[in-house]
Order: sequence, then structure tokens, then C-alpha cells
Amino acid sequence: MSANPRIKTNPIGLTREDYKGGKSTLCPGCGHDSISNQIISMAFDLGLEQYKIIKLSGIGCSSKTPAYFLGRSHGFNAIHGRMPSVVTGATTANHSLTAIAVSGDGDTGSIGFGQYKHLLRRNVPMVYIIENNGVYGLTKGQFSATADQDQTLKYYGTNTLRPIDLALEAVIGGATFVARSFSGDAKQVEALMKAAVNHRGTAVIDIVSPCVTFNNEITSTKSYSYGKANEMPLHEIRYVAPGYVPEKEEIVIEDYDPNEVIEVELHGGAIVRLKKLGRDHDPRNKMQAIQALEDAERDGILITGLIYYEEPRPTLAETMHLTDTPLSALPAGKLRPSEDALKKVLASFR
Amino acid sequence: MCALNIGPSPRVKPADDGFIYNDFAFTVATKNGSGSQTSNNTLVYALFKMGIPVNGKNLFPSNIKGLPTWYTIRASKDGYTARKAVTEICIAFNQDTAAEDISKLPPGGVCILPSEWNWGHSREDVIYYEIPVKDLVKTVDINPDFRDRISNMVYVGAVAELFDIPQDKIYAALLDSFKGKTKPADMNMNVVKAAAEWARENLEKQDPYKFAPLNLNGDKIVITGNESAALGAIFGGVSVVAWYPITPSTSLVDAIMGYQYLRRDPDNGKETVAVIQAEDEIAAIGMLVGAGWAGARAMTSTSGPGISLMAEFTGLAYYAEIPLVIWDITRMGPSTGLPTRTSQGDLIFTYFLGHGDSRQLILLPGTVEECFEFGWRAFDIAEAQQTPVFVLSDLDIGMNNWMAEPFQYPSEPLNRGKVLNAEELQQHIEKFGTWGRYKDVDGDAVGYRTLPGTNHPRAAYFLRGTGHNEMAVYSERADDWVQNMQRLHRKFENARTLLPTPIEVWDKAAPKRIGIVTFGSNEDAIREARDWLAQDGVESDYLRVRGLPLHPDVAEFIASHEHVIVIENNFDGQLNQVINVDMEQRPPRKTSLTLGDSLPMTPEWVYEQVTAVVS
Ligand SMILES: Cc1ncc(C[n+]2csc(CCOP(=O)(O)OP(=O)(O)O)c2C)c(N)n1
Ligand code: SF4
Repeated sequence: MSANPRIKTNPIGLTREDYKGGKSTLCPGCGHDSISNQIISMAFDLGLEQYKIIKLSGIGCSSKTPAYFLGRSHGFNAIHGRMPSVVTGATTANHSLTAIAVSGDGDTGSIGFGQYKHLLRRNVPMVYIIENNGVYGLTKGQFSATADQDQTLKYYGTNTLRPIDLALEAVIGGATFVARSFSGDAKQVEALMKAAVNHRGTAVIDIVSPCVTFNNEITSTKSYSYGKANEMPLHEIRYVAPGYVPEKEEIVIEDYDPNEVIEVELHGGAIVRLKKLGRDHDPRNKMQAIQALEDAERDGILITGLIYYEEPRPTLAETMHLTDTPLSALPAGKLRPSEDALKKVLASFR
Repeated sequence: MCALNIGPSPRVKPADDGFIYNDFAFTVATKNGSGSQTSNNTLVYALFKMGIPVNGKNLFPSNIKGLPTWYTIRASKDGYTARKAVTEICIAFNQDTAAEDISKLPPGGVCILPSEWNWGHSREDVIYYEIPVKDLVKTVDINPDFRDRISNMVYVGAVAELFDIPQDKIYAALLDSFKGKTKPADMNMNVVKAAAEWARENLEKQDPYKFAPLNLNGDKIVITGNESAALGAIFGGVSVVAWYPITPSTSLVDAIMGYQYLRRDPDNGKETVAVIQAEDEIAAIGMLVGAGWAGARAMTSTSGPGISLMAEFTGLAYYAEIPLVIWDITRMGPSTGLPTRTSQGDLIFTYFLGHGDSRQLILLPGTVEECFEFGWRAFDIAEAQQTPVFVLSDLDIGMNNWMAEPFQYPSEPLNRGKVLNAEELQQHIEKFGTWGRYKDVDGDAVGYRTLPGTNHPRAAYFLRGTGHNEMAVYSERADDWVQNMQRLHRKFENARTLLPTPIEVWDKAAPKRIGIVTFGSNEDAIREARDWLAQDGVESDYLRVRGLPLHPDVAEFIASHEHVIVIENNFDGQLNQVINVDMEQRPPRKTSLTLGDSLPMTPEWVYEQVTAVVS
């Protein structure tokens, strides 16, 4: 908490500094660091209680970042690609926690691809941030599964394979919140994150985050300059804090004009307002979301913003009909049935 | 009575009337999926209800329908329930294997088979009872759709009549099988009755085998190890189960789901146990790692191939000190080799699972009672020691029906280990000036942990597989690494005396010359073989290991015997290898007896092997 009145504090009396973590050990200029900064800003602005947050990751440069934000949250740097299962277990054990996880494109798109798809299918409530640089950073620059076809790298030659589009996979896989952004677009990243933490279900944000060391040739769609030049926002995004009373008529919109605003109401009353920027994109339309991603790939454009949104379906804990008290907080009396219950069961084996 | 002048095993003595009561065994050969499971269970339960100690074992193929399957039933007035190498009676109901099945009968053995095969009698020294199975079933009024599945009840009726099992016991067993539903029980019983009646009128008893009520079973129960383990987990407060199907471990999780009702919150009808079918074993253990970290009692059950996929996460959990429980119902390996046959072959792999210097705590149940007890105790150990705990059972215990004493309600309250809530954390910090997740403040090598969600500004720590110091802060310093590894090693050493102590049968003041060491499901076969050896004048002491790392008593036992024989059901003598690694001083003489033939151990094998090495 700040004693200095000139230092801004948030609704729970903390300063932005209080949301920081350890010092980053990533290369200076790495896109991942700006994403960490936006997570810090988001949590500060929203006045999130850090003790209610768990931050997790797999392995990779990107996956190192949870050590650099929200220093007062429990953190877990799991194993390569298998963070989704750890989040699944943790949020099952305690469904009152807010999970924010960071992964890389190698982590998610290769070794962890299966877990990624199954996480989406289960609708594990969490924010899933992919720091997508089209390359393996931590193991020094191999192609990842999202690398552009025909791209060349110094040691590894030309990539002959088609890239996997992790946002498209998320839409198809059943995610209820899918966004794409660019690490250089701080404002948009932050707005998306605010919306994502308020979403009940898996919220995927695939953020192109240049690796300045191994993949920053201007020809790469994951380079900083390419991202800057080819970013094509689907809409302008504004996050409106909970408590805002939406005008119902505004939400139900069949078609809308270029300058029209659509609103997506999130769990807990928060609202994302999307101001259309010329493209006919309604994130509530799954086929449109898929089409937009396909078109963007064909045209080599980085479309950004909230690509797909679906009214949340029940989360994993809800489908399992778990107690309202988190499983991890159940008292002994709820964990062990009575001696009489044992006697009754045993009698059935006689 | 006995038409043939060739007796049973010389150890079995006929009664004064010439009959042999309650001391013989059956092999039932059928086709998998033909409904024989119900028939076999009915026989086992009916004998159990007569108070006769009994054991049934499935020796089934890895197939759902059509391949040969064998079931052995052993009754023993002396309470020996190990599988017998040779069974006196064969119910040859699978034409494909009948010739071989009959060839395995001892002289004077009995064969029951369908008469419509027109087989003739291939052996002079075997008694044949032929039954017109197809025609008999036709005489009973049942839906033709059920006819095939129910025809195995014919041998139940014939056996009841020939060997004196009262029909009310058969019916009671059927009612149990069908969970009290009279309709299917009656339908099956009608076939049993018809077959018994036919046998009474058409067969002449020529063999010396008979059952007679014994009332030895008291308030014993009959249960499989996997069901026992599931009950243990339910009473142990399991709250997150993540698993991936694999025989022979699937029935454990199936049973947990079956008993979930015991744990439904009476206040609101909601579940206190989450069961998640994962996409594979890596995900299953990943979920446990997340759940154990967040404060759940997390467990899975799997078999060897699953264990191999769990290696990386297990190593992480060992190093990051996360409690979780893994049941390995061991089957033959490698990979999918003889998947539905039993083995004790995962011991070494599991003990050293993980990368670098990780080692794992293992519990080794040898009875269904222990499956229940270790079912709840494993969580207490895992949470107290903050580490994964493996429970190595096997297919024989897990999937076969065993007689057992009724399980003891857990004797100790749940031990949730060293977890600090916000208030306790505050007190801890005030007392010690600081809190470090991996600090050994009590000298027992176990630190205090906080759970995610603890409302205290200093509660959070960062958990990772990379190097860390006592404060859970990232560190690549060699001295931090070594210090941490030394603490983990101390923790592991301490566990020797915290795990279940060995079962020991010996007088420390006057040890016998021979000491037998084993683990797991070999108990019954060895007990019987030791009795036979004693009759030959070969006395022995006995120790059954129930946990790894080895309890200090094991070393003492080994050091105290002139000749130690380590008996196990795997090919490589894995317990023997662990003893070699663990014991500083080699005993004067140690012999490793290994089986590993995919079948439950028999007393005959133990007797022959031990006799050979001691003579
Ligand atoms: C099982 C396993 N295989 C391989 C590795 C080595 N490894 C560490 S990070 C990494 C790739 C990370 O790439 P990405 O997820 O794209 O993250 P980035 O470093 O680019 O941010 C690999 C292959 C590992 N840690 N574990
Ligand atoms: S190697 Fe690339 S991804 Fe890794 S820290 Fe450096 S710039 Fe970032």
C-alpha cells in the first residue's frame, strides 16, 4: 500500500508496484515482457486480490514469465506442454481460484497440443495466454508448429510445413472466448485480458509476441515490424467494469453498422464493448470467426481483437456437480464417511 | 464310490467314509464373454456361504469375447487359498481347449463336459461326467435371447448335485450377483435346478470329492483388491481422481465411482469427489499434481504403461514436494505384453521413477485388507511427507475375489500434514521471523506449505522443477541444489520407519536357519509351502515387505539368517535387487527365486524351488 498520495492506488489500496513479480531474465526487448506488463496493469486496474489467483505455465521463455508478475500469487512452473492438466487439477481442487496461465507456441502447439484441445473441451475456467513467437526460444531457435511456411531460419533452413493456427484450433476445439492480439498493442492486450479474467470458461488469448533473438526478420509474420505493419484490429475494444448496467437492447443486435457498438456481457456483469472497424465481424458467430481466421491467413494479415465469444457453457467443476465449498477446503467430517457406513458396505460383501 | 484306484495329492487325506471333503480345486474352462463369470462367482459365493474357505481366480485372455478363459476355484478346509498347480476337477466347457485341459488333470481327476461333443473318453484314468447342455437348456422356459449366456449355469447345477452344494446357497449367491433382483436370479436358478435334477437322475457319483458345511468363515467378506482399494480411498478422503482406462486398474476407479454416493454431501447432494477421465496418463497425473498442490487428496490408478507416461510429472512432484497417490495394479510387461495376467514386475521402475536423483515411496499390499488400509493411509503418508506415494498391487489381488476379515475403520484421523492457513502462517512468521516453503524448521526434512487461496500477503510461493532454495526462490547455485537434495534424501530415509512395517514370523531370540522374504500377493502360496516344508523338517522364518524404502527390520531379518531366500513373481528378482542396493552388508547366503510366468504363484512351485535350493 502506498503512503505517498502521489502514487496511484487501486480499489483495494495497492499500487501497481505491488502487482509486480521478480526481475525478468528474458532478452531485452522480448515481446513476452510487455505481455507480463499488461497482466500487471490489468490486475492492478481491476483491483484483483492476488491470493485468489494462481498463475501457471509450461516450459519455455514464455513460460518463465509468471515469475515476473503477480508476486503475491501462488505460481507453478509445470512441465513442457502439460500445464493444462495441472490447471485442470488445481481448479477442480479449488474452483474459487482464478487461473491465469502462460504458454508458448511450442508448448501449446507441439508437445502440449493434446492437452490444449482437451482443456478447451472441458471448459476449464482460466485465462490461457499463448505468447506466440513462431519459434522455440528457450531451446535456441528451432521452428515451432506455428512457424510460417517457407520461412527460413539460420540454423534450421526452410520450414516446409503449414502452420497451426492456435486461435482457430481454439474456436474449433470449443473455447468460449478466443482472442488474438499483438504484444506491441498494449492497449488491446490489456482490454482483452480484463475481459478474459471475467469470463467463466476457458478464455484463450493468442498473442503474437516477437522473439527478438531468434525470429525477428521482417519477413516473419511473428516479427515486431511485421506485426506493427499488418495488424488489423477487428474492432476497438473497451472493457467496462462490473456494476455497469447494460442497456439490454444494445446487446441483441442482428446486424450493425460500421460505427455501431456491440456489447458482450461477461460473467459477473462486466461488459466488453466492441466498436466495429469496417469489417463485418460479429464474435458471436462461429462460422464468421472461422472465416475471419482463414481469410487472414490467406492474406497474411494479423487480425486482432475478440474473434469468438460464446455464452459460457458449464465449466468442468459445474458439470461434475461439485460442492460449493472447494474440495480443498472440505473439513474432515465431509471427507470420511462414518464407521456405520463402512459396516453397511461390508455387509453387502458377505 | 471311487471308480478309479488313483488317489489325489498325497497331502490330502480322505475321511473315514472314503470321501475327501472341502479340499480340492476346479478349473473351469470356457469362452470369454460367454457368461461364465456369473456361473463361477455363483459357485465361489455358494461355497463361501457354506463356511468353506474358498478362492476364485480368473486367468483370462486379453479379449472381450470368444477366446479361451480359465477360472480356478479352490476350497480348503485348512484355509489355504493360493492357486493350486494341479486341480482335481476340470469343467471343460470350451471345445477349443478341452483336449489340453483334460490332459492336465491328475490321475483320478474328474472331467465335466457337454455330451453333445461326442468326445469319447481320451483318458482311462479320468472320470467323465457328460451333460447334454444344449438339450437341457431347451427344457427350461427362458427367452431364447438369453439361452447362450445362461447355458454355463448347467455346470453350476451339475456341480451342486455331484459335490453337494445346497441349492439354497446357490440361490443366495445368485441373488447377491444380481443385487437382490429376483427375476434374473430365478431365471438362472431354473437352469441350475434342471441341470441338478438331470444329474441326479442320470449320473452316478464315481469320484471321492464332496463339500460339506464348515462354518469357518465367520463374518468374513469376499471382495476384490481393487474394490477394497476404492473403499480405502473413499474412507481416506480422496477428493480428486484423474485416470485413464487400463486393465487391470480400471475396476478400481469404477468402484470409486460406485461408492461416490458414500461421500455425497448430505447437506446439498453435491459431490465431494471429482472423477475426471483424462485424455491419457500424462494428463491424469498432471491433474493430480495440480490438485495435490491446491490442497486436494488426489489419486489415480494405472498399470505399468501408465506409470511410464507419468515419469516426468512424478519426478517433478517428488522434487516440488507435492502429495498425491498412484495405484499401480501391476500386469505383465513390457507395454501390452500379457496385459490381463498378473506380475510383480514394476517394482524397480517405480522405485526409481523420475529423472535425476528422485526416488519414490512405495506401499506393497499383500492382502485385500491391506488394499483397504493402504487405500486411506497412502493419503496420510503423502500429505505428511509431501511427496507422491505409489501403491503397488497386482492383477491377482486387484481383480480376483478374496476372502477377508471385515475391514477395520481407519484407526487414525486424517493427517493433512504441515499446511499453514493464514493465521498459522502469521504465527509461524512471528515465531521464526520468516517462512520458507522448503525450510526444515522441525528437523524432519519436511517444510511447511501454504495452499493457493491462502489470504495472507506472504503466503504465496513459486513452485518449479528448476533449482530453488529454501525460500522457494529460483536458484542455480550448486550449494542450494545440493542442500535441497540432501534434505530430500533425509526425508526419504526417514520414511523407512514411517511406512507400514513388514509382516514378520520369527523368533528373534532363536532364528531358524532359513529366512524367506517376499512381498505382495505371494503370501498365501508361501504360507502353505512353508507348512509343507516344515512337515519335511525344513523350518523357516518369514518376512513380507510392505513398503519401500525398506524398513530397518528387513535388514535385521536378513542379517539374522544363515540362508535368505527372496521369493517374488517377476523375472528379474526386483525386490532382491532393491535389497542389494539398500543393504550395506551382504548376508552370508541369499538366493533369489523368481517366477514371472504371468500366473499367481502356487505353493507347489515355492515348495519345489525352496526344497531344491536348501537340499
Ligand atoms: C519433455 C521436454 N522436451 C523438451 C524440452 C525442452 N524445451 C524447453 S522449452 C522448449 C520450447 C519452448 O518453446 P515455446 O513454447 O515456443 O516457448 P518460447 O521459449 O519460444 O517462449 C523445449 C523444446 C523440455 N523442457 N521438456
Ligand atoms: S530467446 Fe526469444 S523468446 Fe526467449 S527471451 Fe529471448 S527474445 Fe524472448
